[in-house]
Amino acid sequence: MSFSTLFVIILVGIAVAYVLGRSRSLTIAGRLGGIKSLHSLPFYYGTQAALWCAIPCLILLALWAAFDDSIIRQIILQHLSPEQQNLSAQELSLLLNTVESIASGVSSIQASPEVMAIADRVISLRQLSQTILAVTIICALVLLAAWGWVKVKPEYRARNGVERVFMLFLLTCSTLAIFTTVGIVFSVLFESIRFFGMIPITEFLFGTHWSPQLAIRSDQVGSSGAFGAIPLFTGTMLISLIAMIIAVPTGLMTAIYLSEYANNKVRAIVKPLLEILAGIPTVVYGFFAALTVAPMIKNALHGLELPLISFAIGPLEVSGESALAAGLVMGVMIIPFVSSLSDDVINAVPQSLRDGSYGLGSTQSETVKKVILPAALPGIVGAILLAVSRAIGETMIVVMAVGTAARLTMNPLESVTTVTVQMTTLLIGDHEFDSAKTLAAFALGLVLFVITLGLNFFALRIVKKYREQYD
Amino acid sequence: MTDRTDDNKLNTIDLVNKNLAKRFRAEKRFQAYGIASICFGLFCLVFLFTDIISKGTRGFFYHYMPMEINLDADTLGITDTSDTDQILAANYTAVVKKAVYEEFQASGRKQKKDARKLIAIDATGYKIQGLMKTNAESLINTTITIDVLVDDKVDFYLKRIGNYGEPGKEYFNEQQLAWIEQLMDKESGGLEKKLNVAFFTSGDSAQSEEAGILSAFMGSLYLLLVTFCLSFPIGIAAAVYLEEYAPKNKWTDLIEININNLAAVPSIIFGLLGLAIFLSFFGFPRSTPLVGGLVLTLMTLPTIIISSRAAIKAVPPSIREAAYGIGASKMQVTIHHVIPLAMPGMLTGTIIGLAQALGESAPLLMIGMAAFIPDVPGGITDPATVLPMQIFQWFRNADAGFSEKASAAIMILIMFLIMMNALAVWARKRLERRW
Repeated sequence: MSFSTLFVIILVGIAVAYVLGRSRSLTIAGRLGGIKSLHSLPFYYGTQAALWCAIPCLILLALWAAFDDSIIRQIILQHLSPEQQNLSAQELSLLLNTVESIASGVSSIQASPEVMAIADRVISLRQLSQTILAVTIICALVLLAAWGWVKVKPEYRARNGVERVFMLFLLTCSTLAIFTTVGIVFSVLFESIRFFGMIPITEFLFGTHWSPQLAIRSDQVGSSGAFGAIPLFTGTMLISLIAMIIAVPTGLMTAIYLSEYANNKVRAIVKPLLEILAGIPTVVYGFFAALTVAPMIKNALHGLELPLISFAIGPLEVSGESALAAGLVMGVMIIPFVSSLSDDVINAVPQSLRDGSYGLGSTQSETVKKVILPAALPGIVGAILLAVSRAIGETMIVVMAVGTAARLTMNPLESVTTVTVQMTTLLIGDHEFDSAKTLAAFALGLVLFVITLGLNFFALRIVKKYREQYD
Repeated sequence: MTDRTDDNKLNTIDLVNKNLAKRFRAEKRFQAYGIASICFGLFCLVFLFTDIISKGTRGFFYHYMPMEINLDADTLGITDTSDTDQILAANYTAVVKKAVYEEFQASGRKQKKDARKLIAIDATGYKIQGLMKTNAESLINTTITIDVLVDDKVDFYLKRIGNYGEPGKEYFNEQQLAWIEQLMDKESGGLEKKLNVAFFTSGDSAQSEEAGILSAFMGSLYLLLVTFCLSFPIGIAAAVYLEEYAPKNKWTDLIEININNLAAVPSIIFGLLGLAIFLSFFGFPRSTPLVGGLVLTLMTLPTIIISSRAAIKAVPPSIREAAYGIGASKMQVTIHHVIPLAMPGMLTGTIIGLAQALGESAPLLMIGMAAFIPDVPGGITDPATVLPMQIFQWFRNADAGFSEKASAAIMILIMFLIMMNALAVWARKRLERRW
């Protein structure tokens, strides 16, 4: 029987246990003169019985699903013929893959008789495992349902148990957030430590040359690959800077206008419209940046002779994958993010400050510049930091609109590469988990995680500290 | 002036009046900056949409031309029409090629080669194969007239005729251009621009004229299903715990800090998590909606938890106290009163979270969902791709026809996102109760 069938059987068993427990409690109550003679409501007796069935059976099923393949693999490995056991690790995994594909019926390759024999063995072991599991689960269901049925007594405190299980379930769900963080830290940290075992951390953080392509043969030129991440950091910074130059003034002025000047009607129309910009998928922005904005910038600026700059470097040279295009589009994407966060902090400034300022005869713009902005400054700084962390972690726009060649430059018209672009190029396609190339992506991920976490931490602290002043 | 007390010194009011015009100008300027920023934002929005729509609408249409094709048994190599193997393996491209040569009156190797490049031979072959599968008996040795797809380069050129610089013209030589001209001038039986139905009914393909979004669409649907089934119950449970049960202690603080921080972790990091934990450690199959759904669940949970908590907070305490007062237990208060009353708000948050998941691409890139999947996935453990990944794949493809397919797919994706957000707004307006 397959896992899904067994799962359905367990569900049916749980339902039956619930009905049995509930009806038995009702029968007992009827004998004693009504529900009031029971400790708990019939619902709780039913649920208690159902939980008795559900928890052990589902745990058993999950464990079995997790471990049966590896146990079968161990048994097979122990029964290999001597010459098969002497195979190298690679050949062995190839053999096991062949066996796997024959056993699961994916391919009908004609392999050698020994391999076919192993495949037959795998099939029979799997069938055995399935049978044992099915029998165990059905027996357990019957026994547990009977046990739950017997346990139903008027004085039995079913409600307390059920409520405790319910609370534990809620607690487990909420701790998932902690597990996710721990999972992220562990997955990124362990691979990074392995990476720093191969490449010194100082070379990674301070090296200025990045070319992670490892050679196929060891005697090839540049076979080691270079993992100096400085060009990636400068590239990320350049694009984020361009994005911020667009997003911060526009977002801030939008927020100021909407909260201080605009009437309700304008606000009700403009705000949701701008929020649409935040809801558009990043892949769409990437497409737009690469196919519309980048060619437009190239057409407009390429070969242009600016009075001062051209004197030094000649006519402008614009790359088709310029950092400017990606930065511009990213800035547009972040505008609503900055404006809605600033809107919140500007609205949190108490009206009395405004009234005081107007009372002294200042104009609206003076009030904004000299009273509201200074009062809201910590919150705005927090909002900008959050926006920076968004820009640094943004992936699709840069993957689609900038190149992969690492250049150490601050010229926005050239092509640069970013941390996220390199992470995706290193990890797309097949990868082995022991090459420096794959592990480098995790090291970059660690840097990204630490930086964004730091930015968020500071931003939230600043915002929180500020909020406390007026509450 | 009577106010003046000293000839050399100006009064305060004079100072103010002197500067007043300047200050009002500054005020006007400041307002203009604000209006300019808003206009810039709105302009970007309009520009983005017009750009996408103008490119995308092309992707929904394709140029066809009716052509007579003689299903000659000898050319097809079919001897027995009841033999399905023969029907499947017959040489359909040969009959199509023959019809193409006749259509253009091509003779000689070079002309024939040129003529072949104008028509999507393989796609037409499949079309005839599909017809033959159902009624080979009646079709064999007859001449049928079917709508034939033109080659993707011809389609590209035809859609841009009249544009500046005639993009696409460089693909063709003079003979081919003359033929295209001749087709365009034909009164009847010439080229026709029609809705490309195959775009909605087929999966991805290496040929842009046959590529469709069905497989990516189904993949997205499975992915959203997995994400919804996991993130909705878990998110609600976590929110209920934090609002109704959690004691004020270090552990609860830790959970809250974690949720807030996860909301701001870049999505690509979740991809790394999926790669290292789900694929490499647990050994789940690559490129499947199952793994994608798990990763996106972890990613959308903070959004759902935060909005669900707000919804639960909005339920007035008097309702809880009334329930306690008539003897309800904590679980009964929560399940019978708090959750149903907070449900509209929670649903709104979940829909917004799912909309975010639908448009998300970076983490899916890491777990191998940017794959070539021509078949429509049949379940959550089949390899699949999703709409954003399909757009990315088509974007990366150098062939001319794929870029407009990507734009068309973007239009469909955005349409779904708008629908989901409209649903969320509707749910909030219609179902939410004010206390």
